[in-house]
Amino acid sequence: MIQIRDLHKYFGPLHVLKGINLEVKKGEVLSVIGSSGSGKSTLLYCINGLETIQKGDIIVNDIHVHAKQTNLNQVRQKMGMVFQQWNSFPHLTAVENVALAPKIVKGKSKAEARKIALSQLEHVGLLDKVDAYPNALSGGQQQRLAIARALAMEPDYMLFDEATSALDPELVGEVLDTMRLLAEEGMTMICVTHEMSFARDVSDRVAFFHDGVMEEIGSPSQIFGAPQSEHTRKFLAKVR
Amino acid sequence: MEPSLSFFSDFNINDFWFLGQAAVRTLWISLLSISLGTVLGIFFGWALYEGKLAATLTLAPLLDVFRSVPLIIQLVLFYNFAPIMGLNLDPFGSGVVILTIYTSALVANVARGGIEAVGKPLRNAARSLGISYWQDLRYIVFPIGGRAVFPAWVGVALGVMKDSALVSVLGYVELLKASQILITRTQEPFLILIVAGAFYFALSYPISRYAANLEKSWAQ
Repeated sequence: MIQIRDLHKYFGPLHVLKGINLEVKKGEVLSVIGSSGSGKSTLLYCINGLETIQKGDIIVNDIHVHAKQTNLNQVRQKMGMVFQQWNSFPHLTAVENVALAPKIVKGKSKAEARKIALSQLEHVGLLDKVDAYPNALSGGQQQRLAIARALAMEPDYMLFDEATSALDPELVGEVLDTMRLLAEEGMTMICVTHEMSFARDVSDRVAFFHDGVMEEIGSPSQIFGAPQSEHTRKFLAKVR
Repeated sequence: MEPSLSFFSDFNINDFWFLGQAAVRTLWISLLSISLGTVLGIFFGWALYEGKLAATLTLAPLLDVFRSVPLIIQLVLFYNFAPIMGLNLDPFGSGVVILTIYTSALVANVARGGIEAVGKPLRNAARSLGISYWQDLRYIVFPIGGRAVFPAWVGVALGVMKDSALVSVLGYVELLKASQILITRTQEPFLILIVAGAFYFALSYPISRYAANLEKSWAQ
């Protein structure tokens, strides 16, 4: 379970997250929507410990992520993260990209790591690109590679930070399909997304962020069908 | 009356051998300085990138001094002042020390550029997998950044090899000094400088060819 309590985040004088309270249960798919600059991406970075927090608490599997004694490298193994830019390691082939972390972080043997990598590449449908270098892959393929790379660490949670925003429109589908597949397999996911159809069809809950505040959270039908907040209504009217 | 004594004699095969040995000395002093200087320079570059206050205040200006003051002045100053500090180094030792520091000052900025070339998002992606800071440097930053600045580094290395000629002012008989000795004896500057130049070329060319091939293999 991921628990977020009264989370405050500042970038210098800028108050980016203003007291977020949120719980994500095992197996749940949460979509986070809202306009740019509303703090939703920052939330993911804070959960993963890539950004520091100024106040509050983030607890993942009963571990306080931002406590001094916490080994972030251990916590991160439990949380795969996929970024807007796919960030493939350009000097490694697809299979090496996926095998790297199991090998050096978990200490798997070369053969074991390769086996894990191959099974994850199959998982995301990239088995025909095993020995390709990232520059020979399309954006969509690289993003699926990034998903396979995160899954290879056998995480309990997957965090998606606008995973499809940087893709050409015709490549969005294949990445969303992979995310759907994960959701069906019962993966716990937090997806910051601009894909309203994905948020509506796949998630268990949808959270709407506005100006550093979580204005509203509820089932997709409630958020999209009967939004309570004025900001949510305005936002949905714009993106539709 | 015929002149019975000549101060000059012709260039012969032994002289060629003499130049060859001097070329090996050039290679040796360059190899040592470039290797040590590169290791040191990478460390300095990392310190500059991490921007620890101490590094920015002390290291950066110091490196600027070594980059800006002509090498020949550094060599003469160090060779003559080191004994005052109780360091009795021969010309070779002094040459290695100064060339190493000089190389490291140049490599430091190349290395910092390499680290910057990798970029925060990629490193975040690596760290998000549970990869530690040092593993990130070893497996991500070093190979990717290294490739990005490799041509610049080759430029530094070739430059230092040629600059090693300046160690001759301390009396170390490397390629340039050896050719000066031979020119004095044979009075054939044209021939000998061409031979010495050919030796320098023979030292540099394989390195640049090898570097070019390496880059090609990385480009996939």
